[in-house]
Amino acid sequence: MPALPLDEAGKYVAAAYVVFVALILIYVAIIGAKIARIDRQISDLVEDDE
Amino acid sequence: MYSKSLVPLAVASVVTITTALVLVFFYAPLDADQGFVQKIFYIHVPMAIVALCGFVAGGVFAIRHLRSGDRSWDMRSYVAIHMSIILGLAVLITGAIWAKASWGHWWLWDEPVLVSFLVVFLLYCVYYPLRFSIEDPDRQARYSSVFAITAGAFVPLNFMAVRLAEKYTHPRVLSQTGGSLPGEMRLTFLVALLGVGLLFVTLWKLELTAKHASMQLKRLRNRARVAA
Repeated sequence: MPALPLDEAGKYVAAAYVVFVALILIYVAIIGAKIARIDRQISDLVEDDE
Repeated sequence: MYSKSLVPLAVASVVTITTALVLVFFYAPLDADQGFVQKIFYIHVPMAIVALCGFVAGGVFAIRHLRSGDRSWDMRSYVAIHMSIILGLAVLITGAIWAKASWGHWWLWDEPVLVSFLVVFLLYCVYYPLRFSIEDPDRQARYSSVFAITAGAFVPLNFMAVRLAEKYTHPRVLSQTGGSLPGEMRLTFLVALLGVGLLFVTLWKLELTAKHASMQLKRLRNRARVAA
């Protein structure tokens, strides 16, 4: 039996796991963007100081 | 400050969640009653448990804030609640998918487990407008802590009420007598629970690190402005 049978049940199970992965990826992307912005602002601050 | 042990935690989260996924799809047997749909259980229930623990942890951090006056505890409380709300959203969506697959309906208002979790989720949604409607940082932290403690105390009460209401019909996963899960399912569930727990702690630390860096940057800017 395949790990993810593509019948009716398989679609629901896939959807549930996709929701979990998507939410984590979106969250990590938002935090990543935030950290990149902080990094840019620190670089600007260092440039101004020099 | 908060980034300590972030990398080992992230690695442990990825390894544990990957192991859990392998166990879910290649090791755990199919449920005799629900069949393949029951695989949703291994992601839905751990997320629900971790989200509820995160709400309680938010309350515990809030108590530490009120006792010490140290605003870093308020920040820990805020991020724990924020993370739990994100997990809570995932719980509601995966729960609706599971309900549709099992019962043919996206939502059932007479299901105490679904409705009680929604009540907890909506209760915590109030936290944001309460917190961000207060401008003074000290008052904001204090009022938010009071809310986090009150709501945090409500979470276990709500959980117990559901358990009492459902003791004859709802399957018990973790009970003193060992629950109704067979060995393979139990192991898979516990690994998934550990994985989601580790993920929660990792993302909590990551957000705290980002917030701390942002605050440090603001401080540096103010200092640079004063010096100029």
